[in-house]
Amino acid sequence: MKQAVLPILATGIFTAWQAASAADIIGVITLKGTPPAEKDIGPAMTEASPDCAAMYDPSKMPTTHFYVVGPKGEFADVVVSLKGVTGKSTGASAPPVALDQKGCLYSPQILAIQTGQKLIVKNSDACIHNVHCTPAVPGNAEHNDVQMPGAADLTYTFPQPEMFLRFKCDVHQWMVAWVSVFDSPYFSISDKDGKFIIKNVPPGKYTVEANHRKLGAQTQDVEVADKDVTVNFNFEIK
Amino acid sequence: MNAKAQIRNDPWLHRFAVLTAIITFLLLGIGGLVTSHEAGMSVPDWPTSYGYTMFALPFKFWKGGALFEHSHRLLASGAGFFTTVLAVWLWLKDPRKWMKWLGVAAFLLVVAQGVLGGLRVTLKMNNLGVIHGVVAQSFFILVCAIALFTSRFWRNWAAEGKTFSVTRGLWTLVLATTILIFCQLILGATMRGQHAGLAIPDFPTAYGKLWPDTSSDAVARYNADRVEVISVNPITAFQIVLQMTHRAVALAIFILVSTAAWLSWKRLGLKNPLTRFACCWFALIICQIALGAWTVWSNKAADVATLHVLVGALSLVTGALWCIIAFGRREGAANIAPAKTISGAFGTSPAMAANK
Repeated sequence: MKQAVLPILATGIFTAWQAASAADIIGVITLKGTPPAEKDIGPAMTEASPDCAAMYDPSKMPTTHFYVVGPKGEFADVVVSLKGVTGKSTGASAPPVALDQKGCLYSPQILAIQTGQKLIVKNSDACIHNVHCTPAVPGNAEHNDVQMPGAADLTYTFPQPEMFLRFKCDVHQWMVAWVSVFDSPYFSISDKDGKFIIKNVPPGKYTVEANHRKLGAQTQDVEVADKDVTVNFNFEIK
Repeated sequence: MNAKAQIRNDPWLHRFAVLTAIITFLLLGIGGLVTSHEAGMSVPDWPTSYGYTMFALPFKFWKGGALFEHSHRLLASGAGFFTTVLAVWLWLKDPRKWMKWLGVAAFLLVVAQGVLGGLRVTLKMNNLGVIHGVVAQSFFILVCAIALFTSRFWRNWAAEGKTFSVTRGLWTLVLATTILIFCQLILGATMRGQHAGLAIPDFPTAYGKLWPDTSSDAVARYNADRVEVISVNPITAFQIVLQMTHRAVALAIFILVSTAAWLSWKRLGLKNPLTRFACCWFALIICQIALGAWTVWSNKAADVATLHVLVGALSLVTGALWCIIAFGRREGAANIAPAKTISGAFGTSPAMAANK
């Protein structure tokens, strides 16, 4: 009995010590330059599915959201992660992440999960959607499931890390979301202020990668000790 | 009953074959719309649709991409039914043995095509979609050929005998051009099967140049500049090269078809049916090039891109039928009717001899 307790105790102490000494990686992401203008989804929506278009004020039809940029260049929807950190997933025990279909749009359009973590897809609309994920990495299975209005949520998990795994609806072709899958809990997505925070990173040297759906990836090397580390990224439209 | 009389007295068979060809053409169009609207996977199950028997899907589900995909399935069922009836009709009523087997071939091909389309959905195999598109074009040629062989024109043409000759050079030119058009359609189907939208957004230039930069930096820049409403894949250097090849082949086809029409006019005269057919072919190619340009300028508008597919199919079938019609009139060919020459390829039947 004592033999069993000791390793558990040691592991617990080590984990607690690691958590106590872990720090956050924080930063702000900005965009320099003028991005291409977003496009109005309204015409496509009206033509293909008047039911969807009816959910919106005709003068405020939704647009694409490739470049979500604040007035001072604050750049949202950039996926930040620790490059090359694998085998650290806590996805199996992590709470599920929700992806909703609302107003014939995916919400959110950019999200991230861990390998093995449940992704729950909801249909909050009164119309049918097909949930079609098209992974590019071997090991992550392609799914295409119909989801009627009011139907039960669909649950997906992905065993392999993958950047920007696409979810789409082929009934409403403008509906798209990109789910990034990481083999660790060390990732974040920049908010509308361009801010991100990767929490509880154990001490060590890392390469932080900021990845935007359109503008690709940037990296910076950092060393994490017992204090928070700040890393800022600046993307540029060339 | 005399075989010749039997064909002459069965114009409804020809009409039915023409109707089947028209349905196939419409099916090609709606299939084109499915791909143009990126709607091929909008109904995830097959042969059912959203769990319903295909023919009983409530109208409330006929929306968005599902409208195109489900309509495609229904029309495909119609085409399958018409082809089956045509095959049975040919088997029972057409005295030409090779025509019976041509009907069987059409039946087998339409079944294979239906299964291919279904498997593309259920197996989620994109490459099957490309094959499905190419087989569709082949099937269209076959059905049009059946319509030709059951026509009065074909019978008269066969009975008339060899009153003029088509040079082997001209015939080979048309055959080679038709094969090139088929390759071009494969290229086009491959481009559409990438589901990446327009790989090059301008025409006649390509990203402002005669030949675009396909370096990884340049492709990243192109993708960054693209704002797509429809959820298409990012473009790749391969896709850019593919579209440039498509443009180059289009130019080659234009030159070859122009040459074929001009040679036909010069050697056979304007009143010759083959020259008229070649002139129609030339007009189709002009339309097709204009539609190709319009597809780019309209940012690959679904209806324009689909028209481009349809005129491509007509261009292919025109070349193929020209080759078939002119086969027996080739220089050096035996002084026999083309019907008999064609039958030789399938095995001459006593009925065919009777037809002569």
